[in-house]
Amino acid sequence: MNIINFTPITALTGGLLIGLSVALFFILNGRMIGVSGMASNFLISKENRIENLFFLVGLILGPSIYTFFLGQEIQITISNSLFLLIGGGALVGFGTRLSSGCTSGHGISGISRFSLRSIIATITFMIVGILTVLITNIL
Amino acid sequence: MNKIVSLFCGIIFGIGLVVSEMINPAKVLGFLNLFDAWDPSLAFVMIGALIVSTPLFHLFKNKDKPLFNSNFSISTNKEIDKKLIIGSVFFGAGWGLAGLCPGPAISSIALLNVSSGIFVISMFIGFYIAYKTN
Repeated sequence: MNIINFTPITALTGGLLIGLSVALFFILNGRMIGVSGMASNFLISKENRIENLFFLVGLILGPSIYTFFLGQEIQITISNSLFLLIGGGALVGFGTRLSSGCTSGHGISGISRFSLRSIIATITFMIVGILTVLITNIL
Repeated sequence: MNKIVSLFCGIIFGIGLVVSEMINPAKVLGFLNLFDAWDPSLAFVMIGALIVSTPLFHLFKNKDKPLFNSNFSISTNKEIDKKLIIGSVFFGAGWGLAGLCPGPAISSIALLNVSSGIFVISMFIGFYIAYKTN
Protein backbone atom coordinates (compact mmCIF):
# COMPACT_ATOMS: atom_id res chain seq x y z
CA MET A 1 0.00 0.00 0.00
CA ASN A 2 1.26 3.45 -1.01
CA ILE A 3 -0.43 6.63 0.12
CA ILE A 4 -1.10 9.18 -2.65
CA ASN A 5 -3.09 12.39 -3.27
CA PHE A 6 -3.81 12.74 0.44
CA THR A 7 -5.74 15.98 1.16
CA PRO A 8 -6.75 15.78 4.84
CA ILE A 9 -7.50 19.50 5.36
CA THR A 10 -10.00 19.95 2.53
CA ALA A 11 -11.49 16.52 3.29
CA LEU A 12 -11.99 17.46 6.94
CA THR A 13 -13.39 20.90 6.06
CA GLY A 14 -15.87 19.43 3.59
CA GLY A 15 -16.79 16.82 6.19
CA LEU A 16 -17.48 19.51 8.80
CA LEU A 17 -19.88 21.22 6.36
CA ILE A 18 -21.67 17.93 5.69
CA GLY A 19 -21.94 17.27 9.44
CA LEU A 20 -23.27 20.80 9.98
CA SER A 21 -25.91 20.21 7.32
CA VAL A 22 -27.00 16.95 8.99
CA ALA A 23 -27.10 18.54 12.46
CA LEU A 24 -29.04 21.63 11.34
CA PHE A 25 -31.58 19.57 9.43
CA PHE A 26 -32.18 17.51 12.56
CA ILE A 27 -32.37 20.44 14.98
CA LEU A 28 -34.61 22.54 12.73
CA ASN A 29 -36.71 20.06 10.70
CA GLY A 30 -36.47 17.03 13.00
CA ARG A 31 -35.27 14.47 10.46
CA MET A 32 -31.92 12.86 9.74
CA ILE A 33 -30.49 13.41 6.27
CA GLY A 34 -30.06 10.41 4.02
CA VAL A 35 -29.67 11.29 0.36
CA SER A 36 -30.75 7.91 -1.06
CA GLY A 37 -33.86 7.95 1.13
CA MET A 38 -34.77 11.53 0.26
CA ALA A 39 -34.18 10.96 -3.47
CA SER A 40 -36.03 7.64 -3.69
CA ASN A 41 -38.89 8.87 -1.49
CA PHE A 42 -39.20 11.94 -3.66
CA LEU A 43 -39.82 9.54 -6.54
CA ILE A 44 -42.07 7.13 -4.67
CA SER A 45 -43.79 8.69 -1.67
CA LYS A 46 -45.98 11.77 -1.14
CA GLU A 47 -44.71 12.18 2.40
CA ASN A 48 -42.33 15.17 2.72
CA ARG A 49 -42.09 15.27 -1.05
CA ILE A 50 -41.62 19.05 -1.37
CA GLU A 51 -39.14 19.16 1.51
CA ASN A 52 -37.13 16.34 -0.10
CA LEU A 53 -37.23 18.12 -3.45
CA PHE A 54 -35.91 21.35 -1.91
CA PHE A 55 -33.03 19.45 -0.33
CA LEU A 56 -32.15 17.79 -3.65
CA VAL A 57 -32.32 21.16 -5.44
CA GLY A 58 -29.96 22.53 -2.77
CA LEU A 59 -27.55 19.66 -3.42
CA ILE A 60 -27.45 20.64 -7.09
CA LEU A 61 -27.13 24.37 -6.33
CA GLY A 62 -24.22 23.79 -3.91
CA PRO A 63 -21.51 23.27 -6.56
CA SER A 64 -22.77 26.25 -8.61
CA ILE A 65 -22.73 28.53 -5.56
CA TYR A 66 -19.22 27.31 -4.72
CA THR A 67 -18.01 28.11 -8.24
CA PHE A 68 -19.80 31.48 -8.24
CA PHE A 69 -18.21 32.72 -5.01
CA LEU A 70 -14.78 31.15 -5.28
CA GLY A 71 -14.44 31.42 -9.04
CA GLN A 72 -13.02 27.92 -9.05
CA GLU A 73 -14.08 25.41 -11.69
CA ILE A 74 -14.91 21.97 -10.31
CA GLN A 75 -12.93 19.24 -12.03
CA ILE A 76 -14.09 15.65 -11.86
CA THR A 77 -12.82 12.47 -13.48
CA ILE A 78 -15.53 9.94 -14.20
CA SER A 79 -15.72 6.80 -16.30
CA ASN A 80 -17.34 7.03 -19.73
CA SER A 81 -18.09 3.32 -19.91
CA LEU A 82 -21.86 2.88 -20.31
CA PHE A 83 -21.55 -0.54 -18.68
CA LEU A 84 -19.99 0.89 -15.50
CA LEU A 85 -22.30 3.92 -15.34
CA ILE A 86 -25.57 2.09 -15.96
CA GLY A 87 -24.55 -0.98 -13.95
CA GLY A 88 -23.08 1.09 -11.12
CA GLY A 89 -26.07 3.45 -10.99
CA ALA A 90 -28.60 0.61 -10.92
CA LEU A 91 -26.68 -1.24 -8.19
CA VAL A 92 -26.39 1.93 -6.09
CA GLY A 93 -30.09 2.76 -6.51
CA PHE A 94 -31.34 -0.77 -5.89
CA GLY A 95 -28.93 -1.44 -3.02
CA THR A 96 -29.47 1.78 -1.09
CA ARG A 97 -33.27 1.51 -1.36
CA LEU A 98 -33.14 -2.13 -0.20
CA SER A 99 -30.87 -1.37 2.78
CA SER A 100 -32.60 1.98 3.48
CA GLY A 101 -29.45 4.08 3.39
CA CYS A 102 -26.25 5.15 1.71
CA THR A 103 -23.01 6.86 2.70
CA SER A 104 -24.97 9.73 4.26
CA GLY A 105 -27.99 7.90 5.73
CA HIS A 106 -26.09 4.98 7.25
CA GLY A 107 -22.51 6.31 7.19
CA ILE A 108 -23.15 9.69 8.81
CA SER A 109 -26.70 10.00 10.16
CA GLY A 110 -26.94 6.40 11.36
CA ILE A 111 -23.51 6.28 12.95
CA SER A 112 -24.24 9.65 14.66
CA ARG A 113 -27.19 7.92 16.33
CA PHE A 114 -24.97 4.93 17.25
CA SER A 115 -27.31 2.68 15.22
CA LEU A 116 -25.85 -0.82 15.04
CA ARG A 117 -27.77 -1.41 11.80
CA SER A 118 -26.03 1.54 10.17
CA ILE A 119 -22.61 0.58 11.50
CA ILE A 120 -23.00 -2.89 9.97
CA ALA A 121 -24.27 -1.43 6.67
CA THR A 122 -21.35 1.02 6.50
CA ILE A 123 -18.73 -1.66 7.17
CA THR A 124 -20.39 -3.89 4.55
CA PHE A 125 -20.53 -1.34 1.71
CA MET A 126 -16.99 -0.13 2.50
CA ILE A 127 -15.56 -3.66 2.35
CA VAL A 128 -17.49 -4.52 -0.83
CA GLY A 129 -16.43 -1.20 -2.42
CA ILE A 130 -12.78 -1.93 -1.65
CA LEU A 131 -13.09 -5.49 -3.00
CA THR A 132 -14.82 -4.23 -6.15
CA VAL A 133 -11.96 -1.81 -6.87
CA LEU A 134 -9.44 -4.57 -6.12
CA ILE A 135 -11.16 -6.92 -8.59
CA THR A 136 -11.59 -4.27 -11.33
CA ASN A 137 -7.87 -3.47 -11.00
CA ILE A 138 -6.99 -7.10 -11.63
CA LEU A 139 -9.38 -7.52 -14.59
CA MET B 1 -39.77 27.43 6.90
CA ASN B 2 -39.13 23.68 6.53
CA LYS B 3 -38.57 24.12 2.83
CA ILE B 4 -36.07 26.94 3.29
CA VAL B 5 -34.17 24.81 5.83
CA SER B 6 -34.19 21.90 3.37
CA LEU B 7 -32.84 24.05 0.56
CA PHE B 8 -30.21 25.63 2.81
CA CYS B 9 -29.06 22.27 4.22
CA GLY B 10 -28.91 20.86 0.69
CA ILE B 11 -26.68 23.73 -0.40
CA ILE B 12 -24.33 23.34 2.60
CA PHE B 13 -24.19 19.57 2.01
CA GLY B 14 -23.49 20.10 -1.70
CA ILE B 15 -20.69 22.59 -0.99
CA GLY B 16 -19.26 20.09 1.52
CA LEU B 17 -19.17 17.44 -1.22
CA VAL B 18 -17.26 19.85 -3.48
CA VAL B 19 -14.78 21.08 -0.83
CA SER B 20 -14.04 17.51 0.28
CA GLU B 21 -13.84 16.39 -3.39
CA MET B 22 -16.28 13.56 -2.70
CA ILE B 23 -18.04 14.80 -5.82
CA ASN B 24 -15.07 13.51 -7.83
CA PRO B 25 -15.41 9.77 -8.61
CA ALA B 26 -11.62 9.47 -9.13
CA LYS B 27 -11.11 10.66 -5.52
CA VAL B 28 -13.63 8.13 -4.19
CA LEU B 29 -12.04 5.29 -6.17
CA GLY B 30 -8.66 6.37 -4.78
CA PHE B 31 -10.08 5.90 -1.29
CA LEU B 32 -11.44 2.46 -2.14
CA ASN B 33 -8.12 1.48 -3.73
CA LEU B 34 -6.83 0.38 -0.34
CA PHE B 35 -4.47 -2.33 -1.55
CA ASP B 36 -2.67 -0.33 -4.21
CA ALA B 37 -2.20 3.45 -4.26
CA TRP B 38 -4.44 4.55 -1.39
CA ASP B 39 -5.85 8.05 -0.86
CA PRO B 40 -7.11 8.09 2.75
CA SER B 41 -8.76 11.55 2.40
CA LEU B 42 -12.36 10.38 2.45
CA ALA B 43 -11.94 8.88 5.90
CA PHE B 44 -11.39 12.48 7.02
CA VAL B 45 -14.67 13.53 5.38
CA MET B 46 -16.46 11.03 7.56
CA ILE B 47 -14.55 12.04 10.68
CA GLY B 48 -15.28 15.71 9.99
CA ALA B 49 -18.98 15.04 9.51
CA LEU B 50 -19.32 12.80 12.56
CA ILE B 51 -17.57 15.13 15.00
CA VAL B 52 -20.21 17.75 14.23
CA SER B 53 -23.34 15.65 13.76
CA THR B 54 -22.85 13.16 16.63
CA PRO B 55 -22.67 15.57 19.60
CA LEU B 56 -25.36 17.86 18.19
CA PHE B 57 -27.72 14.92 17.57
CA HIS B 58 -27.36 13.68 21.14
CA LEU B 59 -27.67 17.19 22.55
CA PHE B 60 -31.00 17.81 20.82
CA LYS B 61 -32.60 14.35 20.53
CA ASN B 62 -34.37 14.60 23.91
CA LYS B 63 -35.87 18.04 23.28
CA ASP B 64 -39.67 18.16 22.91
CA LYS B 65 -39.60 19.02 19.25
CA PRO B 66 -37.43 20.47 16.50
CA LEU B 67 -37.49 24.24 15.98
CA PHE B 68 -39.63 24.27 12.83
CA ASN B 69 -41.59 21.04 13.04
CA SER B 70 -44.12 19.40 15.35
CA ASN B 71 -42.02 16.35 16.17
CA PHE B 72 -38.78 14.51 15.58
CA SER B 73 -38.93 11.68 13.08
CA ILE B 74 -36.09 9.18 13.37
CA SER B 75 -35.80 5.63 12.05
CA THR B 76 -36.83 3.05 14.64
CA ASN B 77 -35.74 0.08 12.53
CA LYS B 78 -33.20 -1.96 14.50
CA GLU B 79 -33.38 -5.15 12.48
CA ILE B 80 -30.17 -6.58 11.06
CA ASP B 81 -31.72 -8.55 8.23
CA LYS B 82 -30.97 -9.91 4.77
CA LYS B 83 -32.25 -6.73 3.11
CA LEU B 84 -29.73 -4.62 5.01
CA ILE B 85 -26.78 -6.84 4.13
CA ILE B 86 -27.72 -7.64 0.51
CA GLY B 87 -28.60 -4.00 -0.15
CA SER B 88 -25.28 -2.84 1.29
CA VAL B 89 -23.39 -5.40 -0.80
CA PHE B 90 -25.13 -4.18 -3.99
CA PHE B 91 -24.50 -0.57 -3.04
CA GLY B 92 -20.82 -1.22 -2.28
CA ALA B 93 -20.39 -2.94 -5.64
CA GLY B 94 -21.99 -0.06 -7.56
CA TRP B 95 -19.99 2.48 -5.56
CA GLY B 96 -16.76 0.64 -6.38
CA LEU B 97 -17.64 0.37 -10.09
CA ALA B 98 -18.44 4.02 -10.77
CA GLY B 99 -17.09 5.93 -7.75
CA LEU B 100 -20.39 7.68 -7.10
CA CYS B 101 -22.83 7.39 -4.23
CA PRO B 102 -26.27 9.09 -4.20
CA GLY B 103 -25.27 12.51 -2.73
CA PRO B 104 -22.33 13.26 -5.03
CA ALA B 105 -24.22 11.77 -7.99
CA ILE B 106 -27.11 14.21 -7.54
CA SER B 107 -24.80 17.16 -6.79
CA SER B 108 -22.79 16.48 -9.92
CA ILE B 109 -25.88 17.18 -12.05
CA ALA B 110 -24.74 20.81 -11.57
CA LEU B 111 -21.62 20.06 -13.62
CA LEU B 112 -23.73 19.01 -16.64
CA ASN B 113 -21.55 15.96 -17.06
CA VAL B 114 -23.14 13.35 -19.37
CA SER B 115 -21.61 10.40 -17.51
CA SER B 116 -23.00 11.44 -14.13
CA GLY B 117 -26.36 12.15 -15.78
CA ILE B 118 -26.50 8.56 -17.05
CA PHE B 119 -25.52 7.30 -13.60
CA VAL B 120 -28.27 9.33 -11.89
CA ILE B 121 -31.01 8.13 -14.28
CA SER B 122 -29.89 4.54 -13.78
CA MET B 123 -29.83 5.07 -10.00
CA PHE B 124 -33.45 6.29 -10.00
CA ILE B 125 -34.44 3.23 -12.04
CA GLY B 126 -32.67 1.14 -9.39
CA PHE B 127 -34.68 2.88 -6.63
CA TYR B 128 -37.87 2.10 -8.49
CA ILE B 129 -37.04 -1.56 -9.12
CA ALA B 130 -36.19 -2.05 -5.42
CA TYR B 131 -39.44 -0.33 -4.44
CA LYS B 132 -41.54 -2.46 -6.81
CA THR B 133 -39.91 -5.77 -5.92
CA ASN B 134 -39.84 -5.40 -2.14
